[in-house]
Amino acid sequence: MSSTNGNLLEVRGLCTYFDTDDGEVKAVDGVTFQLKRGETLGIVGESGSGKSVTNLSIIRLVPEPPGRIVSGEVIFDGTDILLLKEAEVRKIRGRRIAMIFQDPMTSLNPFMKISHQLMEITQLHLGHTKQQAREHAIKMLETVGIPDARTRADSYPHEFSGGMRQRVMIAMALSCEPELLIADEPTTALDVTIQAQILELIKTLKQATGTSVILITHDLGVVAGMTDHLIVMYAGKVFEQAPTKDLFAQPGNPYTRGLLRSVPDPTDERGELYQIPGLPPDVAHLPPGCPFAPRCDRAVEICRREYPPFVQLTPDHHSLCHFAQEVYDQSS
Amino acid sequence: MSTQTTDLQHYQTANSATDGRPVEPLLSIRDLKVHFKSAQRRGGVVKAVDGVTLEIFPGETVGLVGESGCGKSTLGRAILRLTEPTSGQVLFRNRDLAGLSSREMRQQRRHLQIVFQDPYASLNPRMTVGQIVGEPLGTFGIAKGRAAELRVQELLETVGLSQRFIRRYPHEFSGGQRQRIGIARALAVDPEFIVADEPISALDVSIQAQIMNLLERLQREKNLTYLFIAHDLRAIRHVSDRVAVMYLGKLVEVADAKTIYSNPLMPYTRALISAVPVPDPNVEATRQRMVLEGDVPSPINPPAGCRFHTRCPYMIEACKQVVPPLVEVKPNHFAACIRISPEQPDIEKVAPGDAPGLAAAQGQ
Repeated sequence: MSSTNGNLLEVRGLCTYFDTDDGEVKAVDGVTFQLKRGETLGIVGESGSGKSVTNLSIIRLVPEPPGRIVSGEVIFDGTDILLLKEAEVRKIRGRRIAMIFQDPMTSLNPFMKISHQLMEITQLHLGHTKQQAREHAIKMLETVGIPDARTRADSYPHEFSGGMRQRVMIAMALSCEPELLIADEPTTALDVTIQAQILELIKTLKQATGTSVILITHDLGVVAGMTDHLIVMYAGKVFEQAPTKDLFAQPGNPYTRGLLRSVPDPTDERGELYQIPGLPPDVAHLPPGCPFAPRCDRAVEICRREYPPFVQLTPDHHSLCHFAQEVYDQSS
Repeated sequence: MSTQTTDLQHYQTANSATDGRPVEPLLSIRDLKVHFKSAQRRGGVVKAVDGVTLEIFPGETVGLVGESGCGKSTLGRAILRLTEPTSGQVLFRNRDLAGLSSREMRQQRRHLQIVFQDPYASLNPRMTVGQIVGEPLGTFGIAKGRAAELRVQELLETVGLSQRFIRRYPHEFSGGQRQRIGIARALAVDPEFIVADEPISALDVSIQAQIMNLLERLQREKNLTYLFIAHDLRAIRHVSDRVAVMYLGKLVEVADAKTIYSNPLMPYTRALISAVPVPDPNVEATRQRMVLEGDVPSPINPPAGCRFHTRCPYMIEACKQVVPPLVEVKPNHFAACIRISPEQPDIEKVAPGDAPGLAAAQGQ
């Protein structure tokens, strides 16, 4: 079964809520987006924006309880993942959709040799024999640039540096040639020179395999060079959505514009940085109206009263703001 | 020692006050070493800081940048003797902090304070905000009772926190607010010098800008001097007057912030700057990135000679043997590389195999 419109993934109206002592938290609230085959989509947001929960929902890894996927569809290659039985999801997860996380140490089993962790995957999903799986594991470690892979394959995770562990994670994620790779802050825990290596590696492997990628990050610099499309999330909602170049060139949302302006520019002189005032939203107690209104420099009465519309600015550029068109026109 | 004297003289001329008198450095770090016994390898020694010399002048911000494990935080902590230096001097107003008794050192901490990276771990969870910020006032006998209370209120206001928070506990605050509490605590004793150890790394992007602006405002208002430690080169460039780049326990380049970004001399500094992704898709699409091979080597038994030689694209045989000294290659611009010299500071223009700085390095 394959979808007809070239979309590998379509997420429609996804809502994932958490029950907490503080009441119901709408961590993801009505998220909709598409991902075409072979494309890279970036999801940007600060802590609590819902970017990670969105992706945990896609692969059905939201801890239940306290979390639950309340509504929505996640159409992966024509099938709604949210309607599948757990056993069916397990056949997709790791094989057709793979993930890498921020901290490779928490995703690797500290008591198992690297080689065995890699072999497990292809033995399970591809029916490899032990020998085949071992050869495949070594090949994957070589692909991701582990020097001397044949001997180092039998090391334990703690014997590797942070960058090397992230390479191992990527080798594991790609060992079944998944159609979709979800990378959640894959370089946040790494040093800049190692981050550059890992980003180059993801780019190269993506070109070689044609895998679609969802890249979740808080770093606007990382998405600028890596992605085709971008989603900016705030308080569980998609605030802006556009081709990456358009979004950077002409943001149509005050939050996006503020984020872009608050990153220091290396060519700038010293001086006051633009700062978004206030604190990231408390998602358990969102104000009525626009969730960003308390921090927005152009908020007026309507913003505090009425939930903003998702305005279409161009065929593929949308912004959640009462004044999206004005902000967009001003940014040009 | 001769290079150090010239460094000092140079800064004194470069930082002369308007009446022509040289400005004394507020803090002068001389050949500071911090070595640890390795927990992993018996007999192994981690040379976390290995001979750092650096001067910091009143009212300036020196940015200290480097990758994890390079020793930058250890250096910051060793200045305040939160980690004991193995050898070397830390002269604060010409008084060697490294030689003080721990009681004398505690008194000096009135003038030197630190703001930590992790605002979650550096505040006592059982103390209220008022107690946390007020504690140094009691410790140093600065104020007590009602006067201390007023001072705490004033400090909270200074860092942009409501006085309503005085009786609340750290867990009730966000990361950015906790960092403000940490800054208020550091300011309580009216220090002259603050080590800001990765103060924004744990914070959200929108909050990072707030904290950087706060630190800059406080510097202007209180004439503070900062050592700002970070791995984020964008932040370092923004807040610093001068930048020192550290690699495996040694400073490899020191220059004013603008120069180090527009015209870095060291291959390592170039790689660091080139590795930072730029938030502009057009720039990212066209620029050629200098991606370093390999990992940062372990500081236990670091590479001999130039410690960067294992990853350096310009490496020649001599780099494996000769430890490059930090030399003033251009006015006010120091670099540690034998392949460049004051006569030929551009490594791209040096003939293959040449090492114009080698003679100076061997004569040291």
